Amino acid sequence: MSSTLTQNYFELFSLPQQYVLEHADLDARYRELQRTVHPDRYASASDQERRFSMQQATHINEAYQVLKDPLRRGRYLLELRGHAVEDQQTTHQDPEFLMQQIEFREALAGIRQQDDPLQALDRLAREIQAQYRTLESELAQALDAGEEFEPAVTLVLKMQYFMRLQNEVQELEADLEDELF
Amino acid sequence: MALLQISEPGEATAPHQHRLAAGIDLGTTNSLVAGVRSGVADTLPDSEGHHLLPSVVRYLATGEHQVGTAAMQQAASDPLNTVISVKRFMGRGVDDVKSLGSVLPYEFVAGESGMPLIRTAAGDRSPVQVSADILDELRQRAEQTLGGELAGVVITVPAYFDDAQRQATKDAGRLAGLNVLRLLNEPTAAAVAYGLDSGADGIIAVYDLGGGTFDISILRLNQGVFEVMATAGDTALGGDDMDHVIATWVMEQAGLGDDPDHGLQRRLLLNACAAKEALTDSEQVDIVVEIEDGRKWQGTLTRQRMDELIEPLLRKTLGPCRRALRDADLDAADIREVIMVGGSTRVLKVRTMVGEFFGREPLVDIDPDKVVAAGAAIQADVLAGNKPEDAMLLLDVIPLSLGVETMGGLTEKIIPRNTTIPVSRAQEFTTYKDGQTAMALHVVQGERELVDDCRSLARFELRDIPPMTAGAARIRVTYQVDADGLLSVTAEEQTSGVKAHIEVKPSYGLSDNEIEGMLRDSMDHAEDDMKVRRLREQQVEADRVLEALQAAMQQDADSLLGSEERSAIERAAGELAASRKGSDYRAIKAAIEKLESVSTTYVDRRMNANIQKVMAGHAVDEFK
Repeated sequence: MSSTLTQNYFELFSLPQQYVLEHADLDARYRELQRTVHPDRYASASDQERRFSMQQATHINEAYQVLKDPLRRGRYLLELRGHAVEDQQTTHQDPEFLMQQIEFREALAGIRQQDDPLQALDRLAREIQAQYRTLESELAQALDAGEEFEPAVTLVLKMQYFMRLQNEVQELEADLEDELF
Repeated sequence: MALLQISEPGEATAPHQHRLAAGIDLGTTNSLVAGVRSGVADTLPDSEGHHLLPSVVRYLATGEHQVGTAAMQQAASDPLNTVISVKRFMGRGVDDVKSLGSVLPYEFVAGESGMPLIRTAAGDRSPVQVSADILDELRQRAEQTLGGELAGVVITVPAYFDDAQRQATKDAGRLAGLNVLRLLNEPTAAAVAYGLDSGADGIIAVYDLGGGTFDISILRLNQGVFEVMATAGDTALGGDDMDHVIATWVMEQAGLGDDPDHGLQRRLLLNACAAKEALTDSEQVDIVVEIEDGRKWQGTLTRQRMDELIEPLLRKTLGPCRRALRDADLDAADIREVIMVGGSTRVLKVRTMVGEFFGREPLVDIDPDKVVAAGAAIQADVLAGNKPEDAMLLLDVIPLSLGVETMGGLTEKIIPRNTTIPVSRAQEFTTYKDGQTAMALHVVQGERELVDDCRSLARFELRDIPPMTAGAARIRVTYQVDADGLLSVTAEEQTSGVKAHIEVKPSYGLSDNEIEGMLRDSMDHAEDDMKVRRLREQQVEADRVLEALQAAMQQDADSLLGSEERSAIERAAGELAASRKGSDYRAIKAAIEKLESVSTTYVDRRMNANIQKVMAGHAVDEFK
């Protein structure tokens, strides 16, 4: 029997090792696993068992976070297949994509000058979200049906750009709300 | 069979024995203790029938102290020795406390480790000691009411408490001689108290405005699992602040200067608080303040005027509400219920404002003062092992990002806020000078980019790194946050294996030795008492280990242990049971350690087997 700490995250959750997954299954199994190992189950146990339980619960939390997130799940699958994507890695020259990124960034920088900045930001956020979803389904195709790994790597890198954009949108939204209300 | 010898008849090791447990709400203004009796969680009253214990301790020149109502009655006449709202100082440094200084009458001095001490007639007292005195009072109440020694307690903390504040709270529990099973976030506790009643799944928001702290938590309930999705708040905002704006208004009306003496200040605050409370039921209230020499000021405060005065404060709570929703990736419309917690939510203006924000009438069914303690008692009962297998489970988050200082005084986040705990994350760093043999690590908590704007949690050094060229060393820094939300940090140089590890003790916290010293000081026959205490602690731990082992082995020893492994474990267990009967705490401790080391593989195998068992139902056929 292999230790659950060394199993890969898909094995741990008894899920097929592929990009597309059933989120309801993932959530339900996460809860089942935590019910079994969580430190609250071992609050009155020995120090040793409490340590083990914390390790396991930590591991399961991490696995869940990775599997739940479209970008992290994609990176993780690539890593399992021997094609780890580095943090600092940049996408190959794709002028169209870079142009699109520049346009989004300019739009973001100009939000404060809009008549209704929050509404404008909301529109922009939706556009970014839609693009991200498209990349996500392309990644599913590339990872679950494709033969090559390069297209998947490129898609992951593109998603990283959008993830950073989304974070900046959220920060700006927080700033705007704090100023307005 | 050898196993049967482990448990002595009539000893505390008998399985299924009900363990006494309590939930404690250690509040800024009032504290409560609750227990589960006949399946119902309820707060426990004192001998006079009062449930709320004012969080007030008065220190007398004789060295004795009073807690609660008796202390509060002297607050105005003896302001310097009567400590109120001590929760505001928990885990804070002297500078933080001084920034609250204008409204506080106490004289603070810096303790050895930078912890602020309050100068009283009975000597200098740290906030941790003052809190321990309150906890001790509640412990006595619980033990009298429940009829026995407490096996463990759950103490609640504001969800937005940082690591230093949590650590200080846990230290106070230890100082009061309590076995702290868990620190539980107050909004989560409230959700538990409500959740088990209604039993319906969905997303709920808990708005918790206490005497000195504000929290908002968004939780998802699913078949007994309470998953916190996001939390936000302000640890220095609460009902006290409403009292202050009302008191300031009274001073303006009465033409008083900015600098009232301590006694008058205290009277003004008590009057303000009473007026605020009265305005929940009345449209207006008369205020009479004794100024000096029998001179009095009299005036009227209407609810409308008070609402105007406190509105800016209440607006400040909506920022965190918006942020929590954003972090949870939800809109106000996604929230199924809003639960109101904390005495300050009795103010009607709070309810209308929260109702408008979330677009629904907030729930106020359970007494907002008692709901947190009741929830904590339910959790304590579960953790003490009194509940059947499929009891509820709480999955909480860290409220504030944990990071490390990098070049130029910037913060690099290692664990972002609202990550589910327990959690562990690692980051690699390297040396920036040739031949560098040490590296300083500064652990911080907060959302800001500059280290100076975050809370400094600890500083430590990794030494003895073998000299290498700049950038060649690989220093892996690992942050581990446990289920109480407490952080420990390990640093290891990967190529050489040089290690450093610290339990994060806040820069102005107490060391284990200091706590032990304080415990010793608090006992009359220090030496003997410590021995008795240590022995008792080891006996309890021995019982726990043996009981857990026995239950485990009955379940699965046959399938998971070879005969040699089994007899080794049984031998070690027998030795522990034998030393448990003696009075040498060191021998018991050694026997526990031996048994643990012999059974390591077994414990590991069991946990893995349990996980495999849960997942077994899902295997194979679901692989497409």
